[in-house]
Formats: sequence, C-alpha cells, structure tokens
Amino acid sequence: MSDFTPTEMMTIAASRALTNDDVCFVGIGAPSAACNVARLTHAPDITLIYESGTVGTKPDVLPLSIGDGELCDTALFTVSVPEMFRYWLQGGRITTGFLGGAQIDRFANLNTTVVGPYEHPKVRLPGGGGAPEIASNCGQIFITMALSKRGFVDKLNFITSMGHGEGGNHRERLGMKTKGPTRVITDLCILEPNPVTKELTVVSIHKGVTRQQIVENCGWPIKFAETVIDTPVPTETELQTLRDINARTKKAHQGNKEAA
Amino acid sequence: MARLISLAEAISENVHDGDTVAMEGFTHLIPYAAGHEVIRQGKKDLFLIRMTPDILYDQLIGAGAARGMKFSWGGNPGVGSLHRFRDAVENQWPRPLEIEEHSHAAMANAYEAGAANLPFAMLRGYIGADLTKVNPNIKQVMCPFTGEVLAAVPAIRPDVTIIHALRADRKGNVLLEGIVGVQKEAVLGARRSIVTVEEIVDELNPPSPNSVVLPSWAVTAVVEVPGGAFPSYAQGYYPRSNAFYIAWDEIARDRDTFQAWIEENIMKAGPEDFAKHAKKAA
Repeated sequence: MSDFTPTEMMTIAASRALTNDDVCFVGIGAPSAACNVARLTHAPDITLIYESGTVGTKPDVLPLSIGDGELCDTALFTVSVPEMFRYWLQGGRITTGFLGGAQIDRFANLNTTVVGPYEHPKVRLPGGGGAPEIASNCGQIFITMALSKRGFVDKLNFITSMGHGEGGNHRERLGMKTKGPTRVITDLCILEPNPVTKELTVVSIHKGVTRQQIVENCGWPIKFAETVIDTPVPTETELQTLRDINARTKKAHQGNKEAA
Repeated sequence: MARLISLAEAISENVHDGDTVAMEGFTHLIPYAAGHEVIRQGKKDLFLIRMTPDILYDQLIGAGAARGMKFSWGGNPGVGSLHRFRDAVENQWPRPLEIEEHSHAAMANAYEAGAANLPFAMLRGYIGADLTKVNPNIKQVMCPFTGEVLAAVPAIRPDVTIIHALRADRKGNVLLEGIVGVQKEAVLGARRSIVTVEEIVDELNPPSPNSVVLPSWAVTAVVEVPGGAFPSYAQGYYPRSNAFYIAWDEIARDRDTFQAWIEENIMKAGPEDFAKHAKKAA
C-alpha cells in the first residue's frame, strides 16, 4: 500500500470499529469522516444519525455542520430535535455514539467546555452539545482524537461528558447500564479501557509508531496492554474511499462564497 | 391571527430591551435577516436563548445587544470557536455576558415543556457531568412511581421567539420542512413570535398531512424576507454557504474587522439585501 498520513490511519482505524448492524450517533469532524468511510466500505447498511434529527443518512460529501442540507436530503427520515433526544437517544435505540473532544483523561472522560476555571476560563470551548447524554444513553461509545499532551491530560478542568468517571464500576454506581467508552482511536495507536480498572491502555500500535512516541505524547504515564498488536495498515480501498470523500467535501465547501 | 407586516415593524413591536429572545434554527433556517434587524434597531440587554448559537449570536453578542445567553453548544460548526462569544466570556468585551449552559437534550426537553405549558422538563441526563456543579438551574426530581432520580430543568418560555420558515399563506399559516429543529416548540412556548419566510403564497398546500405547520392563530407576526436565512439555508430554496461560515472565522477573530463588517453589512444594509441569496431549487 502507498504511504498514508497519521490522520488517515486514525480515520480508517476508527471506521473499522463500526459494523453493519450499528445504529450510530455521529459527532461532527473526525467521527463523521470515520462513520462515512465505514458506510462506504465494510458497513454499507450502517444507520448513521446526526443530532439535527436526520436518521439513516448517506451524505455524498461530509457535512461541515451536523445539520447540512446534504444530511436531510439523503436521510431515510428526519425528526425534530426533541424527538431525536427523547425517543431515539434516551429511548435506548442507539447502539453506538461516536465522539471527538478537546481533552480526554485516562478514564475517557471528555472536556469540550472550558480550559481553566469555569467562571473565568482561559479558553472558552463550544460546550457539550449532545455529548453528555450521548455518553450515557448510547450502548457504547467510540472516541477519536489525535494523541497529544494538550489533548490527553492527567486531570480535566471540567468533565463535559462522563466516560468511566473515577474508573472501576463508577458508571454502574451512578445507575448507568450502558458500556461507556470502549475504544479510543488516535493517530498513533488504539486504546481500550482495562476491563477492571477502566484505565485506557494501548492495545494496538499503528505502523511506524514507537512506544516511546506514544509515551511522549500522552499527558499521563500511559500503560500498554499485555498483548499489543500492530494495527493493520489501510487497504487500497479504505484509503481511496477516504481520499475521495475528502476531495469531494473540500470542493463542495469552497463553493457558494458570498458575503451576507 | 398573525399580522403580515414589515420586518422593521415586527421587530420594533415585538422585541423590547431586556427581553428573553430565542432565535432558533438547528443549522437550517436560522433567522439571520431578523437578527440583523434587531442589531440595526439597537435593541439591548437581551437574554438570548438558543441550543446552537452560531454566527448570528456571535454578531449579536459582539454588537453588544446581549446581557446573557442560555445555550448548549456555542461554536462555528466544523470551523471552530465563535470569537465574539469567546471575547465576551474571556474578556467581557464589549460587555460581560451571563451564561446559563445546558446540554442539547436538556434544552430540547425544556423547549418541549414550554410548548406544553409545563413548569419544568425532566430527562435522564447530566449523569456524571460537571455542568450540574456550575448551573443552579439543573436540579433533580424523583419519580413518584419508581424512585428513579432524574434531571430537571426549567421550561423555556421566551418573551419572543423568532424563526425563519419556508413559506406562509396570506392568512399567515406557516410551513417548515427538512431539519425542523426546535422551532415549533420555541414558537409555541413563547409569549410572542415572529416568523420570516422565503415567500408568501396563495395556497400553503402542505406536502403531507403530517407537515410541520404553525397556524396563523399561534403566530404573532409573519414577514416575507426572501433569502432571510443566508448564510444558513432553506431546504428546497438555497444551500448553506459553508464558505461563508469558514470565512467568518477571520472576520470575527479581530474586533476591528468585526465592527467594520457589522457597519457595512448590517447597519448600512436592510432586509431587502438578503434577496440576492434567495432562489428556489427546481
């Protein structure tokens, strides 16, 4: 296979986490690319849902927002936002939530709210959006974000959406019956929670990446599973599918540039 | 019955300084033209409500029209930060902004409770989330039948809700299609409502018996503003200008370029300037 970038490897590895049977609540950005690569390769019957209310959508170009017209035009049906969150998400109909985040900790809790104190933030981030309830109401959660010291931090300023909380059976203790984050796909490796402690540990390393690189890019002393495998490199089909959809998307988003 | 009037009249009659105002739209059908009229008329001390405040609320905040905002996701979708919103929260420019922050699920439930004339909404939400520590309007309620503890938030009852819809008939009955967001709930939960539309037609002819229709008697004012959702979009009329959303990042990053943009494109402009963006897809 030809060369690929770490971001391409991340998106493709993330797409592989999804199956044909998944009903997937899609976050914008990296998760959206991964979900659509899955749909266009090994999981053609996957149901993709965006929080704008579009169900079973099959966009030809990646949406810039969660509510682009492309999503509605290609959806099986579109519901109101209250119905989306009440009947479909809270109703327990969604198997998988796919999220990104600005910051994550070792128990896969996510912060997309603030850096620094909430009342006087150093950086005000967009906030949680659908994430707090996606994280608790979907059957399981996949997360994709690039591995960096800024993103993978020892302690979060703010828990926007709970992953495994303080670790162990914390979710269960709060009455949650869903699995929470089961996989975190980065540009260097794949992490999964330890079955008992729920601490994220490295289970698969992408081609050309060293353990040292992973350690240096993580904000906590990251652990490796007993058995660590090599992530299979992208196939020709996966890579071509991703590059094609990215090219279509770039072209589409550059059009229609007029001042309001 | 809804009055069919000009945008200037609709805003001056229905939006008052200090009001709580919801200008809703979930990416689709965002009422830009109406929001610009609010800025042009110099309305101030507004408490803004919106699930997904995007560029329009960045403009209102940067122009100094808002004292506060209730929201659940404040960003430029797929692009990054809202720089004027950030400047207000991080540096209190041009004035401090009081924020009440929720999750989407809570806001959607709260709008529905408002439309249903209930005092609060409940949901299975905010579990393990820190928003409960910083927002005193997130409380808990116990199910009287099972004992389950659920999250509770106050119903959203805006003084005025402003939305953009596809079309209305001459009586003021309004049709929405596509991504309909929380617009129906936001209108029904509000004391007054303004709906701008792409066109006013003789016969509404809803495409399905289940179409989202707001009847004239549930709306205060209807205004024809073709192109009034640009750079957002109107299903079947014109697409979202993703290019403009991307370009806004540079415009809003700097206070001077932002103010120059407001002066040129809002203060010296009018609702008729949106017409150039209007078109009807075949």
